[in-house]
Amino acid sequence: MELIYSRTKTIQEDKVSGFCPGCMHGTVMKLIGEVIDELGIIEKTACVLGIGCCGLQMDYMAYDNATAPHGRACAVATGLKRTNPDTLVFTYQGDGDLASIGLAETMSAANRGENITVIFINNGIYGMTGGQMAPTTLVGMKASTAPFGRNAKDHGYPMHMCEILNQLTAPAYLVRTSCNNPQNVMKTKNAIKKAFKNQLEGKGFSMVEIVTSCPTNWGLDPLKCLDYIEEKMLPEYPLGVIRDR
Amino acid sequence: MARVFMKGTEAIAEAAVRTGCRFFAGYPITPQNEIPEYFSRRLPEVGGVFVQGESEVASVSMVYGAASGGTRSMTSSSSPGISLKSEGISYCAAARIPMVYVNVSRGGPGVGSIQPAQMDYLQATKASGNGGFRMRVFAPASVQEAVDMTYKAFDVADQYRRPVLILIDGVVGTMMEPVELPPMKSDEEVAAMKEAKKAWTLTGHKLDYAHRAWIQPGNWSTKVMQSDSEEDAALYKSWQKEAEAEEFMLDDAEVVLTGYGISARIGKSAVKILRAEGIKAGLIRAKTVYPFPYEAYDHINYKKVKGILDIEMSIPALFVEDVQVAVKDRAPISTCLCSGGNIMTREAVLTAARKIMEAK
Amino acid sequence: METNLCVAGFGGQGVMTLGKFLADATCNSTDKNITFFPSYGAEQRGGTANCFVVISDDEIGAPLGDVMDDLIVLNGPSLKKFLPTLKKGGNLFINSSIVTDEITRTDIKVVKAPVTELALEMGNAKVLNVIMLGVYVGYTEVIDPAVVWATIEHKLASKAKLLPLNKAAFEKGLEIGRSQK
Repeated sequence: MELIYSRTKTIQEDKVSGFCPGCMHGTVMKLIGEVIDELGIIEKTACVLGIGCCGLQMDYMAYDNATAPHGRACAVATGLKRTNPDTLVFTYQGDGDLASIGLAETMSAANRGENITVIFINNGIYGMTGGQMAPTTLVGMKASTAPFGRNAKDHGYPMHMCEILNQLTAPAYLVRTSCNNPQNVMKTKNAIKKAFKNQLEGKGFSMVEIVTSCPTNWGLDPLKCLDYIEEKMLPEYPLGVIRDR
Repeated sequence: MARVFMKGTEAIAEAAVRTGCRFFAGYPITPQNEIPEYFSRRLPEVGGVFVQGESEVASVSMVYGAASGGTRSMTSSSSPGISLKSEGISYCAAARIPMVYVNVSRGGPGVGSIQPAQMDYLQATKASGNGGFRMRVFAPASVQEAVDMTYKAFDVADQYRRPVLILIDGVVGTMMEPVELPPMKSDEEVAAMKEAKKAWTLTGHKLDYAHRAWIQPGNWSTKVMQSDSEEDAALYKSWQKEAEAEEFMLDDAEVVLTGYGISARIGKSAVKILRAEGIKAGLIRAKTVYPFPYEAYDHINYKKVKGILDIEMSIPALFVEDVQVAVKDRAPISTCLCSGGNIMTREAVLTAARKIMEAK
Repeated sequence: METNLCVAGFGGQGVMTLGKFLADATCNSTDKNITFFPSYGAEQRGGTANCFVVISDDEIGAPLGDVMDDLIVLNGPSLKKFLPTLKKGGNLFINSSIVTDEITRTDIKVVKAPVTELALEMGNAKVLNVIMLGVYVGYTEVIDPAVVWATIEHKLASKAKLLPLNKAAFEKGLEIGRSQK
């Protein structure tokens, strides 16, 4: 029988992911793996992982990886890429990591135009630590540290990282996608591929912000999460290419 | 070899370049700014990379990244900045990443003073970050020693795959002295050192789980964590034999001065003056402060010695805690201290030493 | 034999450069031990600046001694601050253009040179430190003047057009120093 589909080689054959049911990290892992397979770059790829659920992939992805201190992935990637320009270096970070504790590192790497790729998973919440409020938590959205919902008076408003980085001169590519339906999954894959190609072509800093869910900490079943993304997250975080140079 | 007249900080940077350091990231803070400034000029000449990080925290993470890619890498700072770097240092220690960093220490705590001090002793030797790791810590007392120890520190870091600290104070950092520089490693040697680390560095590997590089500053498995900790503990213990000290006129010494860095160097000149006065003085200067040279203190003639004088530019005294462990109540220990950016004077040391001898 | 020298003045008077030229020249021409230690403050400009140079046949302990053999003061506040550190029989070098205080100590030798005025006469206030270095070397003979000049020449290599002025300044200082012996 003809084989028409197989799992990406970039995911180890004998491993299972540690992600919760319905979590979109798994989807994004698969997309990254497929892009790496298609570009044929597995032997020259290194990933810098943020702290949190992002790190659960370290056990089963096939590429080289290092875990950065919380928030410092872009700084670690800077050091690695500058000294190994032929290696494809990408960071994989959540919203707490990238937009809160690592805001300075993210902004500065983008501002320097580091030739790296940032995969930014925005699900509006801290996952591994148990559903605390993130800088991207929607106003009114409940979190374990915002039990009555995020209130703008005390906690400000959701941060739009693509738009913030778009104020800088250096970044090459800033795009926001989602994985809430098959079309958006395909767009996400194309965005990742373009961001990796940008790096291979030396274009500089690219960031793919992916709006995802967290069924466990949102307290919703995976299907309801898809509705929540469509109805609540995407109005706050509109999808599309913010910059492409 | 020809002598050149160099500042401590710049000499350290040059020694690092000569031993193959090709990446430096740092953030401005007095009194160590000449280190990043020197690297920013020098590294591009040898195909290296200098990055001014957005903070100390980011700079040490950049070094963690560069060293994870196999390049000999360095960062530097001064006391408050070193506290910020403790995050990245702890990660390097946990993930077994070789790197070298310099603390040109100043007065503290807090922002403290920008003047020289030796108040980071406990931080440097006992707890440079969370998690109970240990590091080799060199404490040079002259520009030449700073050069020689920096040159060696990169080898030690690579040998054990651990961070190494060069601990100096603002005097050794900012003073200029004649120095003989060690040989420049060739581009081929530098490339070979990087290549030798290829098995574990983040430069891409075959599509094969067994060969990928996996830099782990921790582990999900408590079993692995425990065995890693046991391995670390055995390694730290094995370092004890590499402790280094300068012992000067100890054999018949009735008063033994002790310290590290600039204080001990001033102490040595005091010993010579005391000897000229007929006072039998001696000195132990710790050249490594971790591992601490406990054994040197067994070379004191305890039948003759009237007292030990701990000399430190720190109030409260910190180094003295290790001296107490080394002396094991075999002789009384007194201190000669200054702080707040004041530099130890020979006169203060002489007075304190004479006082010990005057006591019956 | 160990010589402890302190150079002190306003920031911007070339205090550090004076000390460094002397120390560097000694490094290049002898096998003596030398230390140069700058005091540093938070201010980038102004304020007081001082540095210490120790030249010794033996290993040097403290790069700044408690007692100075020689003291060069380029401004008034430095005189007040450092004169008490000058040993009995020590040499005090004064920029007499702006340090007009009467020196009441009689146990020291005083060498006066109006280096600010002289530098202005030569057309560049910045060379006052080179004149004073000449005075110091001419008076103390601590090191061969030719070596000091060679060091200055080397350090100023990238500013060749300033060399004749500095040469004249250094010569002027030597002349003053020698004449006061």
